Amino acid sequence: MSRLFKHLQNKLGRRFVIGVPYVWLLVFFVLPFLILLRISVTDMGSGIDPFAPLLDTSGGSWRLVLKLQNYLSVFTDAGPGNTIYVDAYKTSLKYALLTTLFCLVVGYPFAYFLARAKASIRPALLMLVMLPFWTSFLLRVYAWKGILADQGVLNNLLLWLGIINQPLVMLYTDVSMLVGMTYVYLPFMILPLYANLVKMDVRLLEAAHDLGASAWKAFWLVTVPLSKSGIVAGCMLVFIPAVGEFVIPSLLGGAENIMIGRVVWDEMFSSNNWPRAASVSVVMIVVILLPLAWYYRRTSGHLDR
Amino acid sequence: MKAISRFIEKNASHAWLGAVYLFLYIPLFFLIVFSFNSTRQDGVFTGFSLRWYAALLDDSRLVEGFFLSLKVALLTGTLSVILGSFAAFVLVRYTRFSGRTLFYGLVKAPLVMPEVIIGMSLLLLMVAVQRAIGWPDRGFITIVLGHTLLGMAYATIVIESRLSEMDRSIEEAAMDLGCRPMQVFFLVTLPNIAPALVSSWLLSFTLSFDDVVISEFLSGPGVTTLPQVIFSYARRGVNPSIYAAATLLIAAVSLGIIAYSVAMLRHQKRIDRDIRQAAL
Amino acid sequence: MSATSLSGITEGFLKTDLLVKRFDGVAAVDEVSLSINKGEIFALLGSSGCGKSTLLRMLAGFETPTSGSVVLDGVNIAAMPPYERPINMMFQSYALFPHLNIWDNIAFGLKREGMPKAEMVARVDEMLNLVQLQAFAKRKPHQLSGGQQQRVALARSLAKKPQLLLLDEPLAALDKKLRQRTQFELVNILESVGVTCVMVTHDQEEAMAMASRIAVMSHGRVLQVGTPKEIYEYPNCRFVADFIGNVNLFEGSLSLDEADRCEVTTEHGVVNVGHAIDGVRSGALGMAAAVAVRPEKIHLSKDQPAGVAVNLFIGKVKEIAYFGSYNTFIIEMKGGRTVKVTETNMTRHESTVITWGDPIFFWWDDTAPVVLTQ
Repeated sequence: MSRLFKHLQNKLGRRFVIGVPYVWLLVFFVLPFLILLRISVTDMGSGIDPFAPLLDTSGGSWRLVLKLQNYLSVFTDAGPGNTIYVDAYKTSLKYALLTTLFCLVVGYPFAYFLARAKASIRPALLMLVMLPFWTSFLLRVYAWKGILADQGVLNNLLLWLGIINQPLVMLYTDVSMLVGMTYVYLPFMILPLYANLVKMDVRLLEAAHDLGASAWKAFWLVTVPLSKSGIVAGCMLVFIPAVGEFVIPSLLGGAENIMIGRVVWDEMFSSNNWPRAASVSVVMIVVILLPLAWYYRRTSGHLDR
Repeated sequence: MKAISRFIEKNASHAWLGAVYLFLYIPLFFLIVFSFNSTRQDGVFTGFSLRWYAALLDDSRLVEGFFLSLKVALLTGTLSVILGSFAAFVLVRYTRFSGRTLFYGLVKAPLVMPEVIIGMSLLLLMVAVQRAIGWPDRGFITIVLGHTLLGMAYATIVIESRLSEMDRSIEEAAMDLGCRPMQVFFLVTLPNIAPALVSSWLLSFTLSFDDVVISEFLSGPGVTTLPQVIFSYARRGVNPSIYAAATLLIAAVSLGIIAYSVAMLRHQKRIDRDIRQAAL
Repeated sequence: MSATSLSGITEGFLKTDLLVKRFDGVAAVDEVSLSINKGEIFALLGSSGCGKSTLLRMLAGFETPTSGSVVLDGVNIAAMPPYERPINMMFQSYALFPHLNIWDNIAFGLKREGMPKAEMVARVDEMLNLVQLQAFAKRKPHQLSGGQQQRVALARSLAKKPQLLLLDEPLAALDKKLRQRTQFELVNILESVGVTCVMVTHDQEEAMAMASRIAVMSHGRVLQVGTPKEIYEYPNCRFVADFIGNVNLFEGSLSLDEADRCEVTTEHGVVNVGHAIDGVRSGALGMAAAVAVRPEKIHLSKDQPAGVAVNLFIGKVKEIAYFGSYNTFIIEMKGGRTVKVTETNMTRHESTVITWGDPIFFWWDDTAPVVLTQ
């Protein structure tokens, strides 16, 4: 009898440990998305209800009220400009891709040199990379506002050095946007790259040299392919959140760089059009889901074995 | 030409590292320097002054926001570590159960989801629940829940990494010596993953303390976190009190990190020395 | 000091009966039935993948058997979880708790069973004395050398005075010199304590040096159980003969089968054996049989030895290796077949003039070979 009880205890313990985070995630992650989906196909509600009921029970029969119009309007509706949503998506993708590219170009050599640095100073160097990350990201983006302003430090410096005659307009342009985005997302590119490069066996490079490859060739033929998973991880960690980035465009972006995060925000808080905001979000999720699903397939393929 | 290329090769690493570090730290230097600026101007350093630090202390919104953020972050950190430990345990120890792939996806997803989506969908949930049972009002609790969702994902990664590295035979040894599974966890597993628990706590704390978007979506009237206050100031223009706040934060974080790193380094050196001595 | 037996059983103190463990349909342990006596050191010997570790883990309780029973001192323990078994294990990686010092490591199991403080202190001191680590009680595992860590692991596993001690490759992590010294120390400690031990190893020297009886395993099955001498001199099959030490195997057919002698005809000649065939009792004339002769039992001579009539063969010296205490010769016979012969260096000076390429006679007594049919 006690053996049965013990058996139950073990099974129960396991269920409990799996159950707690699972339930939490289902309630606070999956359920909200389901609600999001549901909202995206309804109408603006009347009164205190921000959205109308899904099932119309008036008249004694059940009718499914789906307002797919929300989705259509995403693609066809004109806001103050034309097809504001599609433009916003395009802008978001554009900036996300550019940011990823810049982060890769700047971050890869950095991670590479970091991984090749003397082992004794590497922890200190790493700490220096991480330190800005631990200070408020909002404040650092805020600082760029001051630096890139027309009357800001950079312009004044360039003027003083005589490199330019008139202040460059950098704030609220592509420049400030990309500088800000790259700045914020750079550590997210560097860290996975570093983790990958530091584990690479140097002897492989030595073997390549031994077989006659120059340093440059060895780099492209050996190092880069081996760091592929690091590159992919870094790009994922930068691209996907960058698509929905909101704070940086708000502070450093101009009127022409409206990104999708901002659109959602405006629909939620300015227009109070929650269904519209929801449908825009769902489309955003779908856009993001594709590279995400591909990434999961790559990395978790070995999970279930 | 060859001399130049060789020169470049040798110094390329130093140059690149230096340039990127400079890039990373420019805003920090800017914040620190201009927090002591005697005027409001951003472009010119007109003189040394502590007026912005004084203004900071007078700004009730900033101060209140600070304490609120602190409370939220403390709670978030703790909840994230607890939930993250569970999740990490599941991921590392339970390799076969139905729905595992889904679980894995759900745990890791908040890491890459744009915060706007997370914030929005959580808001919808809160509103729906509030309509159904009259609680919760948007404010402290809702913000904590939102932050914890994100914090948990990060905590899981950190703890999972440490857990998978841990030598499992010490758990078997504990069982062999008479520990029931629960005892094994508290007497052996927990002490050995403690560093990961601490660092994941710090990570979720920082993320929560720093968060703007989720807070904006999930806060209510009268409940404004420090980043929210800063954000509202930032949209309106330049306020050097913010620089003062930033400098204090940078100082605190730097001291913390340096102290931590030094302690770690010393601890590691002592262990290495012990190991070497033992081998003699 | 010896482990108490509640039922007074000595023979068959630990018994497994048709123990099976399957993973995904593949049997890692395939119907193993063993009978281990109280107080003996019993070794499970085999190469990796033979199932010895799985078997050990089933004894410890970390794997549940697919079928079969494990009976310790009359009690069936197959379904008991590891923390309830009166069995302790010394892990290959030592598995010392890094966050506890040596004293707490050893006391860990005692605390779990609620031993009163005074008794616990006495017991831990007793263990520290046993392994000569009294001065290191306050140190943490990482502050000790590999050999010292091993002794702590041993002390910890003996602290609860278990009825059965399991050792998982106890010497694998030590370097060769240390290993040889530790072998004897370990056996002395175990015998002084008197605990029944089951050890797992892939190293035959370790098994032969330490165990009173050995079970040779392959593919989940036990091929032979015996004392080191029995295994070495009386293997029951080709696998065991080949696995333990070095051996020369000649395939042939049984040409004479009598109660006190037999003959096997091989392609190189007839081998005379001064005893009946080993293993299978009745053999049909003409059945396939192998003759196994250990290298040290073969004599060499450049000149035809006088008075040797049977088991005399001719070959050419192909290789010579000098190992300090003994020489190894590889002799090539007609047709390319090689034979390994070892000779102890009994004198310091160059007494042997055998060199490469020499034609050589070699022979063995008729007591030397073993005839195997499996």
